[in-house]
Amino acid sequence: MVETTTNWFEACRVEDAVQNGGVCVKCGEEQIALFYFTRRNEWYATQNLCPHRRQMALSRGMIGSVGEDPKIACPFHKKTFSLSTGECLSGDECAIQTYPVKVEDGFVYIGLQN
Amino acid sequence: MNQKTVVVIGNGMVGHKFCEKLAAKSDKFRIIVFGEEPRRAYDRVHLSEYFNGKTAEDLSLSHENWYNEQNIILHLGDPVKEIDRENKTIHSSKGLILNYDYLILATGSSAFVPDIPGVDKDGVFVYRTIEDLELIKNYALNAKIGSVLGGGLLGLEAAKALIDLNLKETHVIEFAPRLMPRQIDSAGSQMLQTKLSTLGLSIYTNKGTSSIEGENRIEYLKFNDGSELKTDILVISAGIRPRDELAKLCGIEVGTRGGILVNEAMQTSDPSVFAIGECALFNHNIYGLIAPGYEMAEVVAANLCEGDKTFNGFDMSTKLKLIGVDVASFGDPFITEPDSRSILFEDTHKGIYKRINISNDGKYLLGGILIGEAEAYNMLLQTVNNKIALPPNPEDLILGSRGGSSQTENAGLAGLPDDALICSCEGVSKGSICNAVSLEGCESVDAIKKCTKAGTGCGGCIPMVKDLMVHTMKENGKYIRNVVCEHFQLSRQELYDLIKIHNLKSYEQVLDNVGKGDGCEICKPLVSSLLASIWNDMILKRGNDTAQDSNDRFLANIQKGGTYSVVPRIPGGEIKPEKLVIIGEVAEKYGLYTKITGGQRIDMFGAHLSDLPLIWEELIAAGFESGHAYGKALRTVKSCVGSTWCRFGLHDSVSYAIRIEERYRGLRAPHKLKSAVSGCIRECAEAQSKDFGIIATEKGWNLYVCGNGGSKPQHALLLASDVDSDTCIKYIDRFLMFYIRTADPLTRTAPWLNKMEGGIEYLRNVVVNDSLGMAAQWEIEMQNIVNSYQCEWKTAIEDPEIRKRFNHFVNAPEEKDPSIKFDEMRGQKKAANWTTA
Repeated sequence: MVETTTNWFEACRVEDAVQNGGVCVKCGEEQIALFYFTRRNEWYATQNLCPHRRQMALSRGMIGSVGEDPKIACPFHKKTFSLSTGECLSGDECAIQTYPVKVEDGFVYIGLQN
Repeated sequence: MNQKTVVVIGNGMVGHKFCEKLAAKSDKFRIIVFGEEPRRAYDRVHLSEYFNGKTAEDLSLSHENWYNEQNIILHLGDPVKEIDRENKTIHSSKGLILNYDYLILATGSSAFVPDIPGVDKDGVFVYRTIEDLELIKNYALNAKIGSVLGGGLLGLEAAKALIDLNLKETHVIEFAPRLMPRQIDSAGSQMLQTKLSTLGLSIYTNKGTSSIEGENRIEYLKFNDGSELKTDILVISAGIRPRDELAKLCGIEVGTRGGILVNEAMQTSDPSVFAIGECALFNHNIYGLIAPGYEMAEVVAANLCEGDKTFNGFDMSTKLKLIGVDVASFGDPFITEPDSRSILFEDTHKGIYKRINISNDGKYLLGGILIGEAEAYNMLLQTVNNKIALPPNPEDLILGSRGGSSQTENAGLAGLPDDALICSCEGVSKGSICNAVSLEGCESVDAIKKCTKAGTGCGGCIPMVKDLMVHTMKENGKYIRNVVCEHFQLSRQELYDLIKIHNLKSYEQVLDNVGKGDGCEICKPLVSSLLASIWNDMILKRGNDTAQDSNDRFLANIQKGGTYSVVPRIPGGEIKPEKLVIIGEVAEKYGLYTKITGGQRIDMFGAHLSDLPLIWEELIAAGFESGHAYGKALRTVKSCVGSTWCRFGLHDSVSYAIRIEERYRGLRAPHKLKSAVSGCIRECAEAQSKDFGIIATEKGWNLYVCGNGGSKPQHALLLASDVDSDTCIKYIDRFLMFYIRTADPLTRTAPWLNKMEGGIEYLRNVVVNDSLGMAAQWEIEMQNIVNSYQCEWKTAIEDPEIRKRFNHFVNAPEEKDPSIKFDEMRGQKKAANWTTA
């Protein structure tokens, strides 16, 4: 059994995040989309790249729900992905990477696996 | 092979239907068809739609290969000229000689042309075939005043065709004391006449025409009473005459006043020869409607296949829309005391007349007439035909039930027996429609049409088919409303009203009050658009920003690669040189690709998200404002240069375009809106391809609406002519508010109109004649929106909270997205191509 450690990356302050929407976080060379689902009081993080046309765009998309499952729709062609599992909900695009999020002392952290 | 040969003479609607029926029942027959016209059978009932943009192919009853696929031999443009009954052969005009076992005469009818001196002059036409329509269309190009001789059903159809050709005046002349004498009574005719007059038709009854005057071509009509009427074109529609000449020639018995005599099996005096449709005379009657013609086709087809069917006369009930006015007549419309009692309802304010005739004991409905409103027609017809017992207050049938439950409509549907005939053209019963829904899974009218053929004839039963479908689906526990998405079990129109009634101002409020769940990419932009249409608040106000479609959220169009394009408003396409210089300087400074758009403005591509506020700061300082190229909103009002420079220009189209663009700028709608103003009929601004387009005339402006470019181009239709500038704007106010209020999401004005029952006539009634009584309210609502206009970009750059959103990285606001790549082309940049995973 390989031990994985979670490295918590400080993304932004809570008030910098967009309510019921997303922002893009620069994390080294990577871009991560961070979503503050204020309505459900939940946080989600995914890759910012939409796999459909490889556009850095998911953070500018619209969030919502299908049944109970939270989702994100890419602004380019409205491909939707589950925010909880990363699975593509419209068509057969490959799934997107998701990351854990925690909030402490007014700061938002994204969990990266080492 | 022991195949029998069936020769069909005539390829009209009934002849075609006969082929369909016989081919479907049996393959024992060799079918050969001769048609006089050059094209396959087409829908003559909806002939006037040919002037509304439908093509001959659209009107065709079969697709190109149908006859081939059915192994039917079709000779078009080759009328039969002789029948040799002794040798059972026919001779065609092109010289074919063929044997038959059975001969079907489906020769139809021709227009009856009364013997009036001058009928042979140029400019006098009949209204029967597509060829007739083409002749009329060409001649009407040089005509201003048109007249129709005959105020029957076909005459009024012909009058509609003339209206559609944009003639200045259209007159209808009827010899009898009332319009549609076979279908409606005098009071009904009076109401119809009043209604049609308000729509621009001049109607004369009790008027006999004595001669058609003019040198070579028609110039005016002379009447028996000594009066005269100037007219450039005359369409004669004074009745039909059965085409029985071929039958007569070979000695088959015909009636003294025309028509081929047939028995109840549609057999003529020669047992191997049958006649069906408008050429057949049964029981002293010629049946000039499509449904009985189809029934005759069914009788013959069934009997050739050893069936045992008879024709027993036919219900001549009918419902149609004449120039936008509903007219229906059913059962026995004229029966009076002492044989029955009548209930009459007359509303001269709304132009509605209804009459029902009930049996003396008050138990049964015998017939009636509906003018101006005929929604109840199908139900009333069913009540007559199925002898359904009347309710205790039969007046409810035409007045609606006052007080108490309003479930009568559906209760009526449920009460119909399964064998009740719903579509009389195709003979489809209630039972087969319900089965199509329950067992075949048909859940749209189109699917039912395909499966059962119901509604494919005259189309009159379609509302009832739809009600039956909805009713059956409801009974099966199916969910049928046209709702937005899983978060709102409401239609767009319902949401519009609820937002207004509950005074809801943000997406979250709407979701909390009338929705459920957490929203999605379908309902968010839709609700945002409604909020903008209703309240006209700044769309990026906190709480609304993330519910906007991506383009609205960043007030710019996202382009390939993730950059944005910037379009400042250039009203009417007029711009000063110094402002052109500013655009050039801004584009150079921010490295933007520039291109002139189709709407007479300049688009700058390739702007980074974080540059957008900076770009707009400079543009606004120089006096520009947002062009709303990103929104489902008014885009541009294109114009030609007009009378200020152009030697042909009638009015100043540029000034008017600017006035209109500034009035409606930023107006949010179900879809984008485009407009244009042309200074004369040369139409350089292409106004007839716009959602609303205006063309200068000698006397004012012509207003056209519901044109679209895009994937399904459609020409705009004339809504009002020769109106002054202020009236024109009033009409546009009403038109736009009606559209915003009632269109389905993402529906442009053309498909919105296409779906509207009653089409342009109905729309004209609503907008010009204020038939819904909404005009004043809509004008006020529009004025409120106009008054509360603000440039979104100006508000955005002045608000630090909003400006903050225009950075790519939340944690590195000064950095741009490093993944953005450009290529070069013709000395400018272009977005790098898509790459796929």
